[in-house]
Amino acid sequence: MAGPRYLADADVLAVAAEMEGLTIVFHQASGQTHILAPPAPQILAALAGDAGDEEQILSRIGADFDLAPAAPAALAARLAELEAAGLVHRP
Amino acid sequence: MKHVFRLKVGPVAFRIGSDWEAPLAQLRRLYAGYPTPEGICDFTVRVEADKPWRRRLRPSVAIRGDYVLPDAAPLPLAQGLLAAEMGMNLQMALGQRRYLLLHAGAVERDGQALLLTGESGAGKSTLSALLGERGWRFLGDEFALLGLGDGELRPFPRAVSLKNAAADLFADLPEERFGPVLSGTPKGTIRHLRPNDAAIAGMHDRVPPALILFPRFGPERPAAVRPVGAAELFMRLTQASTNYVALARTGFDALTRLCRSVPAAAIDYGSTEEALALVDRLWAAR
Repeated sequence: MAGPRYLADADVLAVAAEMEGLTIVFHQASGQTHILAPPAPQILAALAGDAGDEEQILSRIGADFDLAPAAPAALAARLAELEAAGLVHRP
Repeated sequence: MKHVFRLKVGPVAFRIGSDWEAPLAQLRRLYAGYPTPEGICDFTVRVEADKPWRRRLRPSVAIRGDYVLPDAAPLPLAQGLLAAEMGMNLQMALGQRRYLLLHAGAVERDGQALLLTGESGAGKSTLSALLGERGWRFLGDEFALLGLGDGELRPFPRAVSLKNAAADLFADLPEERFGPVLSGTPKGTIRHLRPNDAAIAGMHDRVPPALILFPRFGPERPAAVRPVGAAELFMRLTQASTNYVALARTGFDALTRLCRSVPAAAIDYGSTEEALALVDRLWAAR
């Protein structure tokens, strides 16, 4: 059975700045600023306006990046953080 | 308000009202030579009796105005000047929306600005005031006002608040530039210093920022310089800004532009002379 599905606003990365490998995101929906390290911005990009479960997210990210064997566990942890920060939600 | 003093500092106009004339007389003397604003002021500060009977009986002043801190403790009337200064800071910190406000000292040289920011007690106020007497133009010791559209600083050369022993560093300046000695304040003994004529004359000139320093004072600390990258700078400056969150997208845009375009470093220093030498070296290498 597929796990929960996640979704980010389509424009979640519209106001963002790259600095020293980090991505500083101004979240327009909440007015909050977040400083994100990889792979959080890549997860947001994979979910921007397009809901997906963990398997789908890994598939979308894997199209552009080589994924380590531990990627599923790391993804679950990052999704929990992004959900707590209000950057992704469950549709 | 029975007594009123109007004051323009850089782009900001204040209207300061009081139940008593004494604190305003001290303000007029401290801000001699500053322009008087025309028209409506940006902020109103009221230095008024904490309770009606406190006008005469052990007079104590409360800081009120457009924006208030509900739990701010009243001060004795003898510290009315401090109350007015704190009131002006409070209005700026809580109400300013036209500029990104950074808690920082600022000075200008060669048409460009140096920002000194960091935690309270780091020495930014003393250092910016000292530099202002040593060949730099003083832009402010408390708030740096960053233009939201153009990224340039607006000078905000308020009176410098010298705490405790810091006043000794300015002993060679003329007495008429100093306010009264305010003893027993919540921050110890305070004396205000009027910025020099060059700072007042240039208070309407915009200045592009060119270097940001985070000084840290420690008598036993060896002098040290550590570069601060753009991401760390961004994080530190969001903490140093009183209105970044309120400005939302415009604040984000102004701050990211500043952090991408202006180099920054953290400096440790053990003496004032050491700090001034570090500033000169880093300014030359910017």
